[in-house]
Parts: sequence; structure tokens; C-alpha cells
Amino acid sequence: MVDYNRSQRNLVGIEHDRVTNVSNTDFPGYYPGEDHAWNLEKFKENFKIQISYLSDLSSSFDLVGVDASIANAFRRIMIAEVPTLAIEYVYIENNTSIIQDEVLAHRLGLIPLKANPDYLRWFKKDDPDIEPTDYDTVVLHLSAKCTANPSAAPGTTDPKVLYNNANVYASAIQFEPQGRQAEWFPDGITLANPDILIAKLRPGQEIDLTMHCILGIGQDHAKFSPVATASYRLLPTIDIIGPPLTGDLAQKFKNCFPKGVIEINSNGEAYVKDARKDTVSREVLRHPEFDGRIKLGRQRDHFIFTVESTGAMTPDEIFIKSVQLLKKKCQILRKFNLRT
Amino acid sequence: MNRESFVPPASQSSSSAAAAGRAFQPVQAITYLCASCAAPNTLNRSDPVRCKECGHRVLYKQRTRRMVQFEAR
Repeated sequence: MVDYNRSQRNLVGIEHDRVTNVSNTDFPGYYPGEDHAWNLEKFKENFKIQISYLSDLSSSFDLVGVDASIANAFRRIMIAEVPTLAIEYVYIENNTSIIQDEVLAHRLGLIPLKANPDYLRWFKKDDPDIEPTDYDTVVLHLSAKCTANPSAAPGTTDPKVLYNNANVYASAIQFEPQGRQAEWFPDGITLANPDILIAKLRPGQEIDLTMHCILGIGQDHAKFSPVATASYRLLPTIDIIGPPLTGDLAQKFKNCFPKGVIEINSNGEAYVKDARKDTVSREVLRHPEFDGRIKLGRQRDHFIFTVESTGAMTPDEIFIKSVQLLKKKCQILRKFNLRT
Repeated sequence: MNRESFVPPASQSSSSAAAAGRAFQPVQAITYLCASCAAPNTLNRSDPVRCKECGHRVLYKQRTRRMVQFEAR
């Protein structure tokens, strides 16, 4: 059935047991007599980006007026295709700690590095003759040796007091600039989280290793992913149908939603204050007194993105890079003659 | 992964170096670590297996310094 009600076209219906109108109808030929051909001017008019908040590590923004396929493409590219730097090869000279070499190497690989990946080129792994250069490889060094602390008071049980270097943290990793890297990275390669515990040592135990970091993408290994999470949800809508809800009913209605979603005005009528805060728990649909009085939905082209960075780049940088990457993919596709 | 493998000594004979007619070479003293206090101990062939610092009777041979490469995956 073709729904001609324009206000309902963009809404995904939420019933107590199912979700309706999931598919987009914004394409030519769906509504007879209407022009739904893609139009740049029309897109510019409808498209909107609103940043709710943006910090060094996390952000939330609204992407309005695009299809789910585009929004999902950005999400997937942010997770799996934005390149970052991570430790890839670990050369262990000595490791007498209780943590095994391969486990230690794996732990080191997962440490997020704060380095601008734009200054580096791709290290070509598949060519066995290729030697790492300052253009594609960053060298880090970690050496720590645990010794007993003779000045510890007798009866001390805290290993941090009893021994020197009992805990090896990520901050012990040293950047060793190669070639012109000191120029490119004047602040060095720093760590997003210097307090990551790498290993625990006891007197006589020692870790001494060199690491090579290269560019990679999340598709290859999760350590290369620049985001901790990148997700979106659709903006919820709540519509009260018919006469206003008042009195006890209004209070009960309010209690069906998270705090701040429904408020009661001076006339004692419930009104929707901020549908965005709703978790769409559908609690309200369980109560028969609200049967037919309420319509829950989600706006199909309003995406609320949440991007959390691991620290390598700011979330806005990650999103912009995902846009660039999608553009690049489209340009590659356009080189082919798709009409034949 | 180029892990070291065991290489048997080239000259295997029960007789001593002197009996085999080769020049005597002083055996290189090996440093062991005490299992109790982690102090380095240099032992010769005739020395008792005992830590010089604390008298503990368990000594560990040190790990080789040979480099081992791993992929951080």
C-alpha cells in the first residue's frame, strides 16, 4: 500500500511486537506522479550535520537527510578502513618476565599510538626484498629491568615499593626517530594512554625489545582501527494521538520513558520534551490505557552517530577521513565504464 | 620465526681436551641467576651450585640474548 501521507513517509513504525516501514521509499517510481530522482540541489537543501558534542576522544553528531546505505558506509569505513599506525613487528632481545614472548608481542600491538598517519607511507609487506625505511616504519624501543629496592622498609608487601620497575607501563616505550622522522614528528610518537600496564616484573627479570610500527587498516587487524566504537541510531519520535493525557495518566505516561523525555506542563498535560533521549524501550506499549493514544517511531533519515576515538586522531578527523575514503572509492568506480 | 635450534657440539668425545691432543682452552665461566635473590653468579666447573649472595641452592641459566621476531597479532 502506498502511503501518501508525507509526514509519515520518513518514519519507521514501532509496534509492541514488530517494526514497520523499514525500507526507504525515496526513489523514482514509488509514488506515482512524484519526482524522486536524485537531485543535488534537493539534497543540499535537506542534508544537515549537527555536532552535539566533540572532545578529543568522543563525539556525537547528527547526520540528517542521507540514506541508511551512506550512513552505514561511513560507519563501516570508520571502523575498518581508516588507516592508523600500530606496532606490527616485535624483535625481542630479552624477555625473562612471566609473560610469554608471543603474548607480550600481542599486548604491545594493541597499544594505541598517537601519530599522524598522513606522514607515513604504506609498508609493502608482501615483498620479501623490501627493507623498512623512515618513510614507512616507526621504531620504538622498550627496555625495563626489575631490581630489588634495598631501601624498602622491612615488612613492606607492596611490590611497587619493594622493587624498582615492578610494573612496566606503556609510558616506558621510547620513540627512536629514524632518518628524517625527528623532523616529521617533532613531538615524537606518543601514546594515547601512557598508563597501560604491559607486564609485571620481579627482581632479575628483564624486558628488552624493539618494535616496528607500520600503517594498517582495521580490516586487517582490530589494532589498526582508529575507533573504539562508531555507531549510529535513528532519532526516536513520540506522537501523542487525540486529546492530551492528564492527571495520573500523564504521570504514568511520563514514567514509561527515561528521565527528561516526557514532561508535564502547567495544565497537567503530558508533552514530549526531548524524544532524542528516549531509549525506545516500548514500555508504554505494554499498558492497555495507552492503546491507540501513542505512536512510537524513528526517523529513517536522521542518524545520531557516536564516534569514540582510541586516541590516534580526534573523532572529527576520523569521520572526515571516512568521507574522503568513500569519495576515493567512488572515483575509482567512475573510472570504469559502467554503462556497457 | 627464526627460533634457535639445538646444534650438537662439533667434537664429541668422552676424553678430555688434553687427551685429545688439543691445546687447553679455559672454559668460559657462565653467569647464572639465583632463583631466590636474582643475584648474578659466575660459576666454574668445580664450584658448588650455590648463590654467593644468599646461599640459595637453585640457580637458573640465563635466557639467550638472541633476537626473536614476533608479529604483534
